[in-house]
Amino acid sequence: MKLIYERSQAGRRASSVPDPGLEPGAAIPEHLQRSQPPRLPELAEPELVRHFTELSTRNFGIDTGFYPLGSCTMKYNPRVNERLVGMPGFRDLHPYQDDEDAQGALELMWRLQEILAEVVGLRAVTLQPAAGSQGELTGLTLISAYFKDRGEHEQRREIVIPDTAHGTNPASVTMAGYTVRKVNVDERGNIDVDDLREKVGPQTAGLMLTNPSTLGLFEERIEEVAAIFHDAGALLYYDGANLNAVCGISRPGDMGFDVLHFNLHKTFSQPHGGGGPGAGSVAVRDILEPYLPTPVVVRDGEGFRLDHDRPKSIGRVRGFGGPFGVFVRAYAFIRSWGPGLRDMSEIAVLNANYMLALLKDDYELPYDRHCMHEFVVSARGLKREYGATALDVAKRLMDYGFHPPTVYFPLVVPEALMIEPTETEAKETLDAFCEAMLAIVGEAASDPDLLKSAPHTRPVARLDEAGAAKRMVVRHRFDD
Amino acid sequence: MSEASYPDGLYYNEEHDWARVDGDVATFGITWYAQDSLGEVVFFAPSEVGATVERGGEYGELESTKAVSQLIAPLSGEVTETNDALDGSENTVNDDPYGEGWLVKVRMSDPSELDSLMDAAAYSSYVGSL
Repeated sequence: MKLIYERSQAGRRASSVPDPGLEPGAAIPEHLQRSQPPRLPELAEPELVRHFTELSTRNFGIDTGFYPLGSCTMKYNPRVNERLVGMPGFRDLHPYQDDEDAQGALELMWRLQEILAEVVGLRAVTLQPAAGSQGELTGLTLISAYFKDRGEHEQRREIVIPDTAHGTNPASVTMAGYTVRKVNVDERGNIDVDDLREKVGPQTAGLMLTNPSTLGLFEERIEEVAAIFHDAGALLYYDGANLNAVCGISRPGDMGFDVLHFNLHKTFSQPHGGGGPGAGSVAVRDILEPYLPTPVVVRDGEGFRLDHDRPKSIGRVRGFGGPFGVFVRAYAFIRSWGPGLRDMSEIAVLNANYMLALLKDDYELPYDRHCMHEFVVSARGLKREYGATALDVAKRLMDYGFHPPTVYFPLVVPEALMIEPTETEAKETLDAFCEAMLAIVGEAASDPDLLKSAPHTRPVARLDEAGAAKRMVVRHRFDD
Repeated sequence: MSEASYPDGLYYNEEHDWARVDGDVATFGITWYAQDSLGEVVFFAPSEVGATVERGGEYGELESTKAVSQLIAPLSGEVTETNDALDGSENTVNDDPYGEGWLVKVRMSDPSELDSLMDAAAYSSYVGSL
């Protein structure tokens, strides 16, 4: 397939309208005006449409196939969400609109805050953060503001993180100015509580934990873990990346967590993974509420307004109100489930356990427990016996029409394949994926080169991943 | 280097780093097993020359197409040299992990720590148990 620059022919135009006879740029000061027009590809409209249509057929998304990318919760995005987000009152809203002219939008944000707080058992919510990673930084900044207020900031410099954590956790901790203290997991995949006791003390600001973990396992001693931190005067942060497993079943606030971020784009549907903006809303216990970013959407009598008067607030973390389109979709999604939101999580967990049962005899299972909404198997046996790695299995799955699962994560499992089906897949799809996984085990034994040279049916074969990391080219230009 | 190899004469830790001792200076690198698990190395960030490293603590970071990994020092001491030749050709760590792919040199502060490290035979059987 040609690049759009290679299809360009001088003088071609996608459309031509009569010259309106206006002086260009009359409102723009002369020193800010371009001296030359930008050099753009020149194509007729049908060529342009065909180019992008062809490009779109090279794409893979949840609308084209199964996408079991562990810890990413690639669920189907209901079309009704798009219809609602396209309603003129939402779509045509301007960020500088007065509160009284945006009552419907503010009410939606307020209702979403209330629902989110209830789902996780905490007091208050900010919708501002733009993504999970920014939610983490916001949550840690709130912890930091709390300890500064109490005069304990100089003393509490460490955040404890288990070695199954998402990579963003240690990065956020470092960005927030804290030091990472790693804690091990035990042979059941839980936090090693004995190791933990040695690492928590007056120097500890908090814990950052994903529960269920990236192993897809629920932390069995979570209340004991929470007590260790609270007894030391520290706080608990919940990474909500895996919230899809527990909605309506257990609440992080009840487990003892003080602050968490949601990934609205994962748990509550939103095209993501290159397909759209995320939202990393943050919920807090009452002790952290005074520090929330401003403005906060509040109910005021019958109406709603943005409250800027929070003297202890950490301030804004994002321009305007946050990724509003995501709020509409998340709200629509939650209200579609209604009181049955628990079913969503139960089906997600059931689907994962069904697949685990189909795969556990042919792939190694590092922790033989029931899983939550995702699970991790290892291709270590295939590597030892046939030299075929988790990466080879992942690439070969593409030939069967599936997006590969997450590989080589979490790091505590060698040759890890982390699989998350979500609640939105039919049994036939789960079966077909597992059949492909089992067929690949057979291929690894009979013809390992078939795996090592996969994929064979995609537009491109193996990519030079090292080259892509070291010599990243993210922009094309004209050759001359 | 495509075949597993754990040369005699080196000292190994459980985090898959090796040390080669010459007088009071030890050279650190990662083992064949480590580079094979990591995949092609694309970035190397060592501790700075003059920095103090402790046995069991970090002496830098290696990034591959799969993961970012902390390097765990097999011995304590002061960093005297880092392998700047790896800059731009980090895959040397994969091609020659015990030779040109060395990472840092450290002036040992406690040579008795060598007793706690594995020899090639012990490390080979440790890797076999993983």
